[in-house]
Amino acid sequence: MARKPAAMDDAAQRNSPNDDIGEALRLKLYRMQVELREAEQRAFDLFLQNLVKGTSHLSLGQEAIAAGFGVAMKPGDLSFCTYRGHAHTLARGVPVEKVLGELMQRDNGLMRGKGGSMHLTSVEHGVMGSYAIIGAHLPIACGAAWRAQYKGDKDVSVCFFGDGTTNIGAFHEALNFAVVWKLPVVFVCENNLYMEYTPIGDVTAVEHPAADRASAYGLPRIVIDGNDADEVYRAAMKAFEIARAGNGPSLIECMTYRHSGHSRADPAKYRPEGELEKWKERDPIKIYRERLKQFGVGDDVIEKINAEVMQVVNDATEACKAAPMPSLDILTTDVYADGGWAWRN
Amino acid sequence: MPIEVLMPALSPTMEKGNLAKWLKHEGDAIKAGDVIAEIETDKATMEVEAVDEGTLGKILVPEGTNDVAVNTPIAVILADGESAGDIKESGSQPAAAEKVAESAPPAAAENQKVPAEPKQAPSAVAQPPQPEQAPEPDFAEGTEMVTMTVREALRDAMAEEMRRDGDVFVMGEEVAEYQGAYKVTQGLLQEFGAKRVIDTPITEHGFAGLGVGAALGGLKPIVEFMTFNFAMQAIDQIINSAAKTLYMSGGQMGCQIVFRGPNGPAARVGAQHSQDYSSWYSHVPGLIVVSPYTAADAKGLLKSAIRNRNPVIFLENEILYGQSFPVPKLDDYLVPIGKAKVVRPGNHVTLVAWSMGMSYALKAAEELAKKHINAEVIDLRTIRPMDTQTIIASVKKTGRCVVVEEGWQQSGVGAEIAARLMEHAFDYLDAPVLRVSGKDVPMPYAANLEKLALPSVAEVVEAAKSVCYR
Repeated sequence: MARKPAAMDDAAQRNSPNDDIGEALRLKLYRMQVELREAEQRAFDLFLQNLVKGTSHLSLGQEAIAAGFGVAMKPGDLSFCTYRGHAHTLARGVPVEKVLGELMQRDNGLMRGKGGSMHLTSVEHGVMGSYAIIGAHLPIACGAAWRAQYKGDKDVSVCFFGDGTTNIGAFHEALNFAVVWKLPVVFVCENNLYMEYTPIGDVTAVEHPAADRASAYGLPRIVIDGNDADEVYRAAMKAFEIARAGNGPSLIECMTYRHSGHSRADPAKYRPEGELEKWKERDPIKIYRERLKQFGVGDDVIEKINAEVMQVVNDATEACKAAPMPSLDILTTDVYADGGWAWRN
Repeated sequence: MPIEVLMPALSPTMEKGNLAKWLKHEGDAIKAGDVIAEIETDKATMEVEAVDEGTLGKILVPEGTNDVAVNTPIAVILADGESAGDIKESGSQPAAAEKVAESAPPAAAENQKVPAEPKQAPSAVAQPPQPEQAPEPDFAEGTEMVTMTVREALRDAMAEEMRRDGDVFVMGEEVAEYQGAYKVTQGLLQEFGAKRVIDTPITEHGFAGLGVGAALGGLKPIVEFMTFNFAMQAIDQIINSAAKTLYMSGGQMGCQIVFRGPNGPAARVGAQHSQDYSSWYSHVPGLIVVSPYTAADAKGLLKSAIRNRNPVIFLENEILYGQSFPVPKLDDYLVPIGKAKVVRPGNHVTLVAWSMGMSYALKAAEELAKKHINAEVIDLRTIRPMDTQTIIASVKKTGRCVVVEEGWQQSGVGAEIAARLMEHAFDYLDAPVLRVSGKDVPMPYAANLEKLALPSVAEVVEAAKSVCYR
């Protein structure tokens, strides 16, 4: 692997015992963020080409959170996502083709076109569904954590949600019993400053919609830079350690910013001038690329990753374009557990 | 028709009490709201108010009687023009653990009756009732039976399934230490411990969602709602999360869970605690909806529901909890989901009901028999999947159908049954399908209004006579 000559301080930092992450993981975190970015950018391009026809909600600009948690999670850990869940699904290792195929309503999609962008699910990768009703999946994630506790398993349930979720009752109901029963669940609030089109601060009693409520449930107030994958990864590892030790849930508020609109139909004209540009300076991929360089990783290595990811996304796109629409006979399958919709005499 | 006054309950879990004192005597005129008696338990004393106007025709339980079972007829009120001689005919023997609803609408409703059309007398009805072939039993003839309440049957069903499968657990408000708001989970905490019998905070959406999450991971939760009225808070989890997940996930993950609790009107608890959700849940593909009447069905169907791999809505009834029925004494008594039961054979008119509706239907069938109308009574038992075949087979024989439900008519289960009969048995119908249902109002509080808002035996009798052109 070719590499730029590393400066002494970089080398020292790379080998420092304080660097808990290390190069291999950092390259993984970088690759993951680039994959999430390129896959979602492709989804948007396919929408402009009229090949993704349904609604979709992108998390461009928020990749560090999904990547940081995705890399920190072990096989067996469970993810609970929202309708803005492409990144979190991909971050568990679900192939890009499966996600794009679902968005393009093809038979090769994750759920063969039965769920769509907002309901991405891949049980084999631990993605236990994407939920399009705000707040509903917080209690559900607690239920999965309950199952782990009941069975004596060590897996952790991770529940991703936006800042807007913190004002719905389910957020508070879930936090309460997660603490009461010390459930191994990690609540991850992605605060991208807008609930949909309205600044979250306009409709919320506290500055930090998740973290400032933590004390009500006896949890520590945690606010992190959600655009720094290293910081996210560290926060995740710490929360997982607490959960696996039987010490209950964590609530982590990750500050970030959505580069795109709320949904594909939203040009996001409500933003103050200059806000997007300011946040693009703090683009998580840009930050991480600098980080890699700081640790002595060469441009060629970075470019190679970029090219490999682009190849994966291109191959996936072509495979999806070639894939047929779902076969009509599946309309009535899997309504009931016997595989059909019969159950009705 | 003489009106029975039943031994009231001071609380949802009271099963018997003492009749302390009669404040009215036989022959006294009674107005609705008059205090007619005092009853007491070891905890409290309560006045019994008359719901109906008339004359106190007969006192069936003398004052000073102890341990009178709830719902036992304690007196009979006669309407204008009725005499004590009518009492026998009403069949008010105090064999009455099963007596529940009162058997006629208030006098006001009687007076509003539309004059009947000139009646035809189809030959089928003119013939005397003929014995029918006995319906297929759910268990072998000669099986030993034990008498138990619906409440005990439900508890036994849960206990048996929890013994059988370590992945089954029960959660809900007050289910553990308090033994259930209606004592349905009595003894479960003691046998299975706090790990499997869990008191939740008051958070229907929350604990319903928690149950769903546990089920997605392979556990088999029984989620008790203190009543299904409160499950309105959880209906998003039930429908969006539990019912749709198998389909949305392309078959990757399903949800084996039972949501159970009392449904429908109880007594004097007002509009927000008195709604029947049978038709609401039966609308939803992916759900199974069960609503038993007898203790035997409550036990056998709940056991089947717990084993069913789909989300099951199990609608119980507060008034039925304390009623006793024979239950087969079998190690593992299962009643299949999706099978209606012909509980009384007949050939003149089909009455379809479930849960509390069955008590109206069965009493109406008794009344109709005296008028030489031989009603076939079908206990639907499962609302979804609906056993259309059993209903159609019956209507092909009778040509007439009346559906009894406590819910509202619009988009109700009765509407669905009527539509299915139109689709599948149109040529066999000799009269329009009629529905006897809850009236189209939120449930009022006052006893006389509440009674008027509910279906009554008299309405079922009238509807049956009407479709028989009698």
